[in-house]
Amino acid sequence: MATAPEIDAPADPLGAFRSEVRDWLAAHFPPSLKGKDNAMSAVEGPHENSPEEDAWQAAMGEKGWGVPTWPSDYGGGGLSRAEARVLQEEMARIGAWNPIGGMGVMMFGPTLLEYGSEEQKSEHIPAIAKGTVRWCQGYSEPGAGSDLASLQCFAEDKGDHYLVNGQKTWTSGGQWADKCFMLVRTDRTKKHEGITFLLCDMDTPGVEVKPIRLISGSSPFCETFFTNVQVPKANRVGAEGQGWTIGKRLLQHERSSLSGGGSAAGRLFAQGTPLAPLAKTFVGEDEQGRIADPELRGRIARHEMDLRAFLATLRRASQEVASNQGPSATTSIMKNVGARLIQERSELLIEIRGLAGLGWEGEGFEADALKDARAWLFGKAVSIYGGSSEIQNNVIAKRILGMLDHQ
Amino acid sequence: MAVLTEEQTMLRDMAREWADNEAPVGAFRKMRDAAPAAFYDADAWRAQAEMGWAGILVPEAQGGAGMGYLSLGLVLEQLGRNLVATPLAATAAATSALILGGSEAQRAEWLPRIAAGDVVAALAVDEGPRFAPERIETRVEDGRLSGTKYFVAEGDSARLFVVAAADGLYLVSGDEGVTRSARKLVDARSHAEVRFEGARAEKLEGGRDLVTQVTDRAAAALSAEMLGMAEAAFAQTNDYLKTRVQFGQVLSSFQALQHRMAKMLTELELTRSVVEGALEAIDSGRANVSQEVSLAKATANETLHLVSREMVQLHGGIGMTDEHDAGFYLKRARVLEAMWGNAAWHRDRFARLNGY
Ligand SMILES: Cc1cc2nc3c(=O)[nH]c(=O)nc-3n(C[C@H](O)[C@H](O)[C@H](O)COP(=O)(O)OP(=O)(O)OC[C@H]3O[C@@H](n4cnc5c(N)ncnc54)[C@H](O)[C@@H]3O)c2cc1C
Repeated sequence: MATAPEIDAPADPLGAFRSEVRDWLAAHFPPSLKGKDNAMSAVEGPHENSPEEDAWQAAMGEKGWGVPTWPSDYGGGGLSRAEARVLQEEMARIGAWNPIGGMGVMMFGPTLLEYGSEEQKSEHIPAIAKGTVRWCQGYSEPGAGSDLASLQCFAEDKGDHYLVNGQKTWTSGGQWADKCFMLVRTDRTKKHEGITFLLCDMDTPGVEVKPIRLISGSSPFCETFFTNVQVPKANRVGAEGQGWTIGKRLLQHERSSLSGGGSAAGRLFAQGTPLAPLAKTFVGEDEQGRIADPELRGRIARHEMDLRAFLATLRRASQEVASNQGPSATTSIMKNVGARLIQERSELLIEIRGLAGLGWEGEGFEADALKDARAWLFGKAVSIYGGSSEIQNNVIAKRILGMLDHQ
Repeated sequence: MAVLTEEQTMLRDMAREWADNEAPVGAFRKMRDAAPAAFYDADAWRAQAEMGWAGILVPEAQGGAGMGYLSLGLVLEQLGRNLVATPLAATAAATSALILGGSEAQRAEWLPRIAAGDVVAALAVDEGPRFAPERIETRVEDGRLSGTKYFVAEGDSARLFVVAAADGLYLVSGDEGVTRSARKLVDARSHAEVRFEGARAEKLEGGRDLVTQVTDRAAAALSAEMLGMAEAAFAQTNDYLKTRVQFGQVLSSFQALQHRMAKMLTELELTRSVVEGALEAIDSGRANVSQEVSLAKATANETLHLVSREMVQLHGGIGMTDEHDAGFYLKRARVLEAMWGNAAWHRDRFARLNGY
């Protein structure tokens, strides 16, 4: 995406704040990190930070600007949405990026702020805001994917703690996580009302993690087994049996961040290889400097137009929820469009490069092309996780259109 | 389904049975994990040669079966179903060049060895990552060929190269002046960059027309392989939907998914007709082979693209794992889509051949 236009400071109502942000960024963002953000880090796992990256993360964590709109009482930035936008613009202007991310930021933090007890918020939110504790999501099970509420992992009430037994699967980042937020069954007689939201330390005895390799070659997700795992009652969020309500709220946050309004998808678009110049290189230009293959040119134009419509809709939606009511059911629409665009872009990149876009490893390929090929394969998941596109369509039909639920 | 001779029906059934019993997708997985230098399954190739498949196109006089392209396609379709990793398609493409443009002596030298499965042959045309047969800079001077060919399928192990130069096809059989560098693509099959520097080369008759004839045959053969892949990917997905339970029902009870499967089946039916049509057009020497091949390859590309994507999507999380076969179909699909012309290339040529 083009860099943000220069903003005329004097006419800007947030001018004073803007110059404060500029000064702070100038003092703290190491220019050597410009554009070094790695959109794939969530997939490939944490890497060794350089001292500059450590310093940048510490500075942003201290300031709370990694989670700019979270309350400052819990280590957030305490900024208004308008101020947060200024921060984002100023970071984009100098190629700075947010070093604080992950599931804690995307989905667990906002949910805990809404449903957690005072103790839970003070314990967990500051660590998420500083990026020092990694969370993973223990929702899916072999028999409970789209039909999440049929989960079986059972937590038995033992007075001061729950005894958890069962299996989770597709647990992204399970092998790197410090903690897990999970949905467990506390009552076998009721489907939705029998679900409870628990927080579990991954180093509790009885938690076992087995990484699974993906078609892209990386192994970011795991099978996670729980055998007589003791989870203190204090780690229950909300009431027993309220887990489904809380868990669904978290899924809305997941959807909205996956749609590109949040981090991952937006970063992919922003940093991704631009299609048209690449097509000119690989396919050639006609006498008038257009992409030589008119059909491909048409499809690239259509994709870029859809992308702009998508980004415009994200902006409009974010202005509409400026009243801060949190994500709504339209996040399902945006998640589906975002997923389609990410996948379409990857397919176009491959088509443009021909066989040079399908390299797996080794000699003879551009580094970017290898990265794009892996991203293409991993990207097949964006229409599956966080509620598949089919499930989002069901949500759209039921919740927005008021259509009948046949299940 | 095309009307098959008794011989063809037997060949198809035998290929299907062999692929299912002796070469399931698990065999491909084993080959991938073992990562042999040649990137094919040597045992499977030997077995195929013994069954006479390496010689399907080779005339009986040279030790082959002289059966033609529909027969070859029937076999490749069965192999495609299980992603069988052998150099049959590449060798057949090179064989067609010898049959169409080889001298008596060239045919006598190579065809019997090809039919016996002793020679892996490869067709080397492209000088970039996209199919562009009109852009060839390889030159031959005094019988010495120089040029670089990208992503030559089975280039790692080929004993005989059929190489496109500016004025037509050449045979390169020696290793002198030939450098191969492996290029690992997502499909875990053999694709090598092959550099020719003054390699001894023999001309085949037919000039640039021969390049078109041979690449058309290569594209038709791949279309058959792709048809088989699409069939298998579709069938596995269909089976999965009938067993996977969510919301207390099998997935196949959801109408949204039923309609998608119905659409894919529809596309598969159309694809089978045009793939068989192209192979028959070649066999009966019709004048419109190029048009039929473009129709077949463009259609097969689109269908396999759709089915391979849906296979991953409809399997959910399990389809994203390396442990499941869906990824193999997805990865191989994109490689074959790009080889010998992607859908856009063939649609463009189809339009040109029809005068618009
Ligand atoms: C890369 C990746 C990372 C993930 N990370 C996590 C994680 O960190 N934590 C976690 O808990 N889970 C995670 N998941 C799991 C993910 O949420 C599930 O895969 C997803 O919910 C789908 O469930 P499933 O895989 O069981 O597929 P299924 O539910 O079996 O679905 C199979 C197919 O059927 C379709 N389908 C299902 N029901 C219907 C219906 N009613 N109508 C129409 N179509 C339907 C689906 O859309 C899908 O295409 C991850 C998955 C992937 C691929």
